Amino acid sequence: MTDHDLETPFKTKLETKDYSLYYGKFKALNEISIKIPEKQVTALIGPSGCGKSTFLRTFNRMNDLIPGVSVTGSALMDGMDIFGLDVVNLRQNVGMVFQKPNPFPKSIFDNVAYGPRVNGLRDRERIHEIVERSLRGAALWDEVKDDLNKSGLALSGGQQQRLCIARALAVQPTVILMDEPAASLDPIATLRIEELIHRLAENYTIVIVTHNMQQAGRVSDYTAFFYTDETRTGQLVEFDRTHVIFTRPKDPRTEQYITGRFG
Amino acid sequence: MAQVSSSLKSENDAMRLRRADNLKARKLNQNIWYVLLWIGSLVTVAILLAVIGYVMAEGLKVVNWEFLTTPPRGGLSGEGGISTTIVTTLYLVGLTLVFATPLGLGAAIFLVEYAGDQSINNKFIAGLIQFAHFGVETLAGIPSIIFGLFGYALFVSTLSLGWSLLSASLAGACLILPTIIRTTEEALLTVPRDLRQGSLALGATKWQTLTKVVLPAAMPGIVTGVILSVGRIISETAVFFVTLGGSYRMPTSIMDSGRTMALHLYYLAMDTRAFDKAMGTAAILIITIIIINLVIDQISRRLTRGVRGMQ
Repeated sequence: MTDHDLETPFKTKLETKDYSLYYGKFKALNEISIKIPEKQVTALIGPSGCGKSTFLRTFNRMNDLIPGVSVTGSALMDGMDIFGLDVVNLRQNVGMVFQKPNPFPKSIFDNVAYGPRVNGLRDRERIHEIVERSLRGAALWDEVKDDLNKSGLALSGGQQQRLCIARALAVQPTVILMDEPAASLDPIATLRIEELIHRLAENYTIVIVTHNMQQAGRVSDYTAFFYTDETRTGQLVEFDRTHVIFTRPKDPRTEQYITGRFG
Repeated sequence: MAQVSSSLKSENDAMRLRRADNLKARKLNQNIWYVLLWIGSLVTVAILLAVIGYVMAEGLKVVNWEFLTTPPRGGLSGEGGISTTIVTTLYLVGLTLVFATPLGLGAAIFLVEYAGDQSINNKFIAGLIQFAHFGVETLAGIPSIIFGLFGYALFVSTLSLGWSLLSASLAGACLILPTIIRTTEEALLTVPRDLRQGSLALGATKWQTLTKVVLPAAMPGIVTGVILSVGRIISETAVFFVTLGGSYRMPTSIMDSGRTMALHLYYLAMDTRAFDKAMGTAAILIITIIIINLVIDQISRRLTRGVRGMQ
């Protein structure tokens, strides 16, 4: 195995040490150690089934929802054990954007206000402020400010995805996980999401899973390459600055994947 | 080379011809089935219209303000109106829903949202759930008179509630519970997993996710179950024949005996000569069902504004 313990010049936000994950007896992730830097965009790339989405879901413990999952090793946020934190609290700090836009069947306003409200905020004015700030943050405000009462489902796919980003921002997280956020969008909507990711990286730590090599190259500062062989167990092959991964990868498998020879 | 290509060409021509040939046959085939399907749906609608049309045409002859506002006079003549039976029907529907809806919703929510998780680690709970599902399926297929007999034995005699709205609505609740549980379960299962995950990922608890996202999204399906149940209570006779008594007086408490429209219709048709009054009652019965469906549909539209992706 190659060197995972890349020291970045940034503070470490998320970290795993010898982290393995099992579905029942099946080992899906093998001893992954990585330090994800704060307020940078880190892309997780690799062929289908290499466990990158499963790995991503470690950081907001969405894997808890799948029966029979167990883990070994450790996963930390700001140096604290993720599995020791209260899961509701953790998810307020670690937002997530899913592959398919999943706005609630509610109005645009209620979609964004959902997070603050379930966390107990009642003050109408504050909620209004947060909704506006979040929609601006997700570059959606100008398009929807006149129909905040319209159903979130009435928006286009790209707008829905930005609504979901706004919804995540409203909870004021420090980390945003994105699981192929542009996989179901057209090229123009994809571009807008990518621009948005760039802007968000000023204030948030972003971890993004993507199948799209160009996208990883365009949006990320760091890239982690995951790979799996016949055993179907995912492993981290290489982690480095994105331009290094794309121009001088150390591992031949990384190079093969980047140049499109498999995957 | 030249030979190969020319033979290929003629083969292509042959295939094109064949395709053109059976295109006609395939189109004819399609049209025949199309016509058959059309006839099927036309016949269905025609039967429905014939039944409703006949009942309405015959029934509305005797329906007037007096018919609706005077109580039945009783006895063999079948004279009088149906005012008390309308009121009894509405009371009974309301009371039955009060018992059955919370129980049914609770059971379905537990079975779908909670029991599944617990059954993975616990064989006993898994078995219990399987048995519960089996029980619900079986109950849904049991003839209603058996619910009537059970209601009579338990509520009317053993618990000494007598022939009353209370006994009848408890027995009626047993009758519609399987319907409510099953439709609610199905409605909950159709709520996409994405929505639940989206809510949990925002730091909502499981309960918040259930009440604020899952239940509103499942509401149209749940309401459908309630509408079906209302229809069943309104049209049911067997259960209420043995639990409600049959008094044609105006009920003033839930311990009073009563007579629903469907029961009244049965008495009129079997025990009196007033067949025209039976038809009139039937017409009002149908109209009541239509009105209740429309009202509940409106309520569900209010409740689920936004679910359908429009204002």
